[in-house]
Amino acid sequence: MTGRIGMRMLGRLALNGAATLSMAYLLLPLFFVTWLAFFAQEIPSFPPDGYSLKWFRAVPGNDRFVSGFILSLQVASIATLLGISIGVPAAVCLVRMKFTGRELVSSLLLLPLVVPGIVLGIALYVFHVETEILTEIPILGSIGGLIAGHVLIVIPWTVRLVTASLVGMDRAIEEAAQSLGADRFTTFRRITLPSILPGMVAAAMFGFISSFGNLEMSLFLVGPGRTTLPIAILQYLEWKIDPTIAAVSVLQILFIGVAMLLTDRFVKISRVV
Amino acid sequence: MARLQLTNVTKRYGEMKAVDDVSLDVANGEFLVLLGPSGCGKTTTLRTIAGFVEPTSGSVRLDGKDVTDLPPWKRNAGLVFQSYALFPHLTVSQNVAFGLEMRKIPKADMPARIAEALRLVRLDHLGERLPRQLSGGQQQRVALARALVFRPDILLLDEPLSNLDAKLRQDVRVEIRELQRKLGLTTVMVTHDQEEALTMADRLVVMSEGRIRQIGTQHDLYERPADRFVADFVGRSNFIDGTIEAPGRFRSGGGLEIACGEGRTGTATLALRPERVAVLGSDAAATDNRFEGRVEFLSYLGAAIDLHVRISHAERVIVQLPNRPENAPPKIGDAVNLGWNRETARVFQD
Repeated sequence: MTGRIGMRMLGRLALNGAATLSMAYLLLPLFFVTWLAFFAQEIPSFPPDGYSLKWFRAVPGNDRFVSGFILSLQVASIATLLGISIGVPAAVCLVRMKFTGRELVSSLLLLPLVVPGIVLGIALYVFHVETEILTEIPILGSIGGLIAGHVLIVIPWTVRLVTASLVGMDRAIEEAAQSLGADRFTTFRRITLPSILPGMVAAAMFGFISSFGNLEMSLFLVGPGRTTLPIAILQYLEWKIDPTIAAVSVLQILFIGVAMLLTDRFVKISRVV
Repeated sequence: MARLQLTNVTKRYGEMKAVDDVSLDVANGEFLVLLGPSGCGKTTTLRTIAGFVEPTSGSVRLDGKDVTDLPPWKRNAGLVFQSYALFPHLTVSQNVAFGLEMRKIPKADMPARIAEALRLVRLDHLGERLPRQLSGGQQQRVALARALVFRPDILLLDEPLSNLDAKLRQDVRVEIRELQRKLGLTTVMVTHDQEEALTMADRLVVMSEGRIRQIGTQHDLYERPADRFVADFVGRSNFIDGTIEAPGRFRSGGGLEIACGEGRTGTATLALRPERVAVLGSDAAATDNRFEGRVEFLSYLGAAIDLHVRISHAERVIVQLPNRPENAPPKIGDAVNLGWNRETARVFQD
């Protein structure tokens, strides 16, 4: 008897320990970055000489960070909109229709999530070069090319999350709507769409975050004088290691955190993901 | 309200015939039940009437009008699903309002119509709830109100009670039937539960393997089942296989000579309802058939007692006795005399 209780306590202890360790592993870097952003000295060292807000004040003064933030925001927003409008119909077709090659199309749409960003970047770069040579349309380094690349990041999130929402939905409710007099389009608008909305919002959220933070692929797609925020951070790091970087990161974390909280107020993302 | 006619409806999926040459004529205000085991084609038939299944051949007519090629949203059929299929993001009132909105009923008339429909199913106080805040029985009634509110020509019920617990189911059967009668609504219901079918139907259609085996009232099906399948599926039957040696003389596989009614000489099966076999006392009046047997098994069911009695090495029959204080049931191992008259057993021959 006592042996069994002892085992159970040991098990719980192990579980709690593992959970604490994992959480610490996830949160410690965030904690240190945030701490570092408030250090007074230029070269980070422990213990800090004192605390200051000057690095935060330096961020808005840095053109590269500001223009990078604006570009990242634009690219991520447009790419998210485009990705959702391509991904949702694709997911509906994949779930609702039976056609040959369905599995193949499904894997293809999820592929950008699996392929390393750097590979995707090189592939797109080569594709842009070849297309530009063939058609003489200036894609290489254009904002259009950059957005098109980022759409690839949003599509897999949309397909995956919206597919999950559709699969979890009772098909009979669509038939119920039709028996009540709603044609296919009205049924989709009034019944299907609200049911998959949490999945769509979650997809937009994750798509946006992935696009906003994307570095590897963007490196190949940006043109001269056009840098996204992650690239601006990387370039800054090549010359300096002062806590400005930490301050930028903290602002970025705050930005995404607030966006997630706001979204969650309207749609419970936690119910989908 | 309308008359529904199905004429030679067949639905093939590849080689498989889900519905095979089904013809039905449902009178205005009639409650018809499609009864059969799963996979018998009853649901496909219902979905054909609703417009979700396009028949390979045959036609569906509603009030004389051919609706075979009309999509579901143009058929004016109220449908209640097994899962109820309430819209999870809409309140009870909004669920009920949906059919009215689709029919462009003036906004001003809607509250009264919704209230009326909800009152019909006794849910007038729950209009603002979401479906997930309701019990299974309440959800079922919302589904019914939603299907009735736009005054459909026909009401279609797809196993509407199978998700309710046994006690509630008995009440709802009566409730739906009384409501249907009050509204005079032509209704087709699908079920695999024979008790449900017998309680609710004006007429029943027994189906198996896509075909209609028999159409008739409860009395027709029970007293004059068309074949062995119906005799087995509606109520219970003892089947005794053997041959008719001469008109009125049946020889069972176990060698018993049994007096029977109709039938030509040749292979045959006798079907015997358990409650129509009597356990005879020593002073009982003579019956056409009298066999001595031994009780091998006994089930005490409350209102009745089932005896499993071996009457030959090959035949064991179930006898149902009403549970009355004055007739003490035999015990396992007791010898009993069973008797029945020749017309009691139905004869099935190919």
